[in-house]
Amino acid sequence: MVFRRFVEIGRVALINYGENYGKLVVITDVVDHNRALVDSPDMVRTVINFKRLTLTDITIEIRRLARKKELKEAIEAGEVHKKWAASSWGRKLAVQDKRAKLGDFDRFKVMVARVKRSAVLKRELAKLRKTK
Amino acid sequence: MASTFRFHQYQVVGRANPKSEEDVPKVYRMKLWSTDEVRAKSKFWYFLRKLKKVKKSHGQILSINEIFEKKPTTIKNFGLWIRHQSRSGYHNMYKEYRDVTLNGAVEQMYSEMASRHRVRFSCIQIIKTATIPVSLCKRVSTTQFHDSKIKFPLTYRLIRPSSRKLKTTYKAKRPTTFI
Repeated sequence: MVFRRFVEIGRVALINYGENYGKLVVITDVVDHNRALVDSPDMVRTVINFKRLTLTDITIEIRRLARKKELKEAIEAGEVHKKWAASSWGRKLAVQDKRAKLGDFDRFKVMVARVKRSAVLKRELAKLRKTK
Repeated sequence: MASTFRFHQYQVVGRANPKSEEDVPKVYRMKLWSTDEVRAKSKFWYFLRKLKKVKKSHGQILSINEIFEKKPTTIKNFGLWIRHQSRSGYHNMYKEYRDVTLNGAVEQMYSEMASRHRVRFSCIQIIKTATIPVSLCKRVSTTQFHDSKIKFPLTYRLIRPSSRKLKTTYKAKRPTTFI
């Protein structure tokens, strides 16, 4: 077992509890063994417990207690949101979010689309069986 | 996160009632911690009657106001000098905490004293507090975080429910603690 995600300055983390739930933040300083100062362009820099953070694979280059402007630039330069959207974890959360926002009719459309897809699949499978 | 502190810092100003022979009594100012203003005033009289010959029955509070942290977004090292009563006597102590606010450090101190020494709020007197520059920090628990290239793993991780509502006492599966 080797650790790959570390608490460090510039580590991008996801808030998993509380009012900022689901927000991507950057660790800008470490208070003690339980808490860190986290920041993101649209929030006031706050202390948060590590229990409420999930570390991601993404890190950016910032200095300790970086200013908002520097932070914004570093997030842009590090392509944080692009990397996050491309990662399987980020994609999963995006899908979950989208599913939760669907209305009744949207869910019906999804159901119809799935029926259609499985019909096509079955047809192709039957063809393959026959040629065998 | 709107952090709510258990202890607030108050500045209390008071003096003895003016008398005919002493119409301008000396004014005393004190900064202290308590949960609310009423208790702060009570604490003020507690200290003043110990230190000076002024009691509540013959004194007046001139003003009381709360002191707020100037920069609650940067981490400071706070040193606290305290005096506390134990089962066997009085002890002086120096404690160091890292926090963004002095109120947070004071709260840490009270809970640490309660856990390590079983000393409650009423038995602790804060003598002095200060923001300590990095070069003068003494305790390893604070100096170990004085590193701009700090890096450490979180070794024991649990997937926690996203809100209190989803919390359950019993689980069907053991948790994975390594992430």
